[in-house]
Amino acid sequence: MSGKAWVFGDDLNTDAMAPGLYMKAPLEELARHCLESVDPDFAANVREGDVLVAGDNLGVGSSREQAVQALKALGIRALVARSLAGIFHRNALNFGLVAVACPQAGRIRPGDRIEVDARAGRVVNRTRGEEYACDALPPFLLEMIEDGGLVAHLEKTLRRGAKRESST
Amino acid sequence: MGVTLAERIIARAAGRDRVRPGEFVTCAVDLAMIHDSGGPRRVAPILDRLEAGVWDSDRVVLISDHFVPAVDAQSAEILALTRRWAADNRIGHFHDMQGICHVVLPERGHLRPGMFAVGGDSHSPTGGAFGCFMFGVGATDMAAVLVTGKTWVRVPETIRIHIEGALPDGVSAKDVNLHLCARLGLGGAGYRAVEYTGSTVRALDMDERMTLANMSAELGAMAGLVEADETTAAWIEAAGGDPGDWRRWRSDPDAQFARTHAIDAAGLTPQVAAPHSPANAGPVADAAGEAVDQAYIGACTGAKLADLHMAARILRRRRVAPGTRLLVAPASTRITAAAAADGTLAALTAAGAILLPSGCGACAGYGAGILAEGETCIASTSRNFQGRMGAAASRVWLASPLTVAASAVAGRIADPRDFLAEGGT
Repeated sequence: MSGKAWVFGDDLNTDAMAPGLYMKAPLEELARHCLESVDPDFAANVREGDVLVAGDNLGVGSSREQAVQALKALGIRALVARSLAGIFHRNALNFGLVAVACPQAGRIRPGDRIEVDARAGRVVNRTRGEEYACDALPPFLLEMIEDGGLVAHLEKTLRRGAKRESST
Repeated sequence: MGVTLAERIIARAAGRDRVRPGEFVTCAVDLAMIHDSGGPRRVAPILDRLEAGVWDSDRVVLISDHFVPAVDAQSAEILALTRRWAADNRIGHFHDMQGICHVVLPERGHLRPGMFAVGGDSHSPTGGAFGCFMFGVGATDMAAVLVTGKTWVRVPETIRIHIEGALPDGVSAKDVNLHLCARLGLGGAGYRAVEYTGSTVRALDMDERMTLANMSAELGAMAGLVEADETTAAWIEAAGGDPGDWRRWRSDPDAQFARTHAIDAAGLTPQVAAPHSPANAGPVADAAGEAVDQAYIGACTGAKLADLHMAARILRRRRVAPGTRLLVAPASTRITAAAAADGTLAALTAAGAILLPSGCGACAGYGAGILAEGETCIASTSRNFQGRMGAAASRVWLASPLTVAASAVAGRIADPRDFLAEGGT
């Protein structure tokens, strides 16, 4: 399944994704202001399944995971960047977003149809018929993403642990 | 081959003899710090969903600092929820409206060299000033820590920042940070650990070491560490904490660093970072003359006692320029008390500074002191991303407290050394 690429530059920061002025507001309102200081048309035009593509250091800044949640609420389903800021990368995975570092992310143009295979470590550009290598995610993180994120994964593993305890 | 301080701490927390960079390991968490923004209001629903409580309420430190003091119904409710959660979960270490988490945490004796600690805030590397491996996580990661007492890490390589020599008068840790942001680039550390070494670092007091470690976040480092020494141990003891076996927590002489950046302290000058990135840093001379509407001394980065002392050194017997406002938000209530006792606050207010409550405040656009469209501010904070401190078309320059104070007096960006040379005390 491929998604349409929204392409940004280097150092796209979390204050821009989840502006401090709206941090008290409900997620839907916060999401409407997502990235407005960088691209005022972004929030209104993103569609379910789209892919956010960026340069280096995607998600630099605050640890606020509303940055990830806002993107997810708008429909973004995968993140492809030349490099990702550490906390933001963890947050994205924790919310079940496929997020990969891809040195050739710069080849992707706005609107390209992009598909990410994090298990194989491959980003496919359907529009240009190109394939780029990306960092593969380790099995335990893929399992967490497949479970729907860290909380769903914990829910599953804690329940499994509880069952094991009650059966012994 | 020896190990770095970061690897030594992670190995101990992972129950391993040693770990190697790149490995994924699960670590037992010694201490978890959360605040009112990313804390209870975000983790409580997750804990409820998991039908789980806090794994060890004695290892959790909760500090309200983002929405303090409440300014509207929403922030008041967030704080009320924070207090209810602290009571319900019997969180013993709850510091309510006592200052900014990264400053209050060591101030109340919670940090010990060698700790593996997580914080629900991106400036958590500040704890590395005390020889801890402390890193920031989001609320979901934090909820998992609160439930299980564990978290996973990919063992980072360590970059060494080796600083030798005496800092010239008028140059402080913040100038080193800004210099590093320009040199390595925003995020240039690539989520590695950074360890600060050398005679310059050894000579810094703990407040300045905290500044150094704090802006490891802007370098994109996972953690920023300073090996503990007598200065660290004495500071922790004075704070009522226990430095433990601090001598053990250091990098081996033959530890392998990813790379080393050497800095000659004597060659550094006061730095300012132009809007809208800390990496836009350069000598203050390049920006001198830029008019400022607001000067802000605040945040975990720039409002500790040493920072207020720097500001007072410039402001004593001087006045803030007409047309410029100087706002000062001391980083904690204890710092406010100390600065009141030693005359620092009087020096600041006599110069025309306006005192604001202790908290994250205007730095992140949460509290009092945010900017209007088109306004220019020079701040002792750590980030000047577009719109972070208020309106999208406002502009923030980053600088040391000395440079911010000098600029407040001049009404435009100014070199603090000109004021020190004039014979300020």
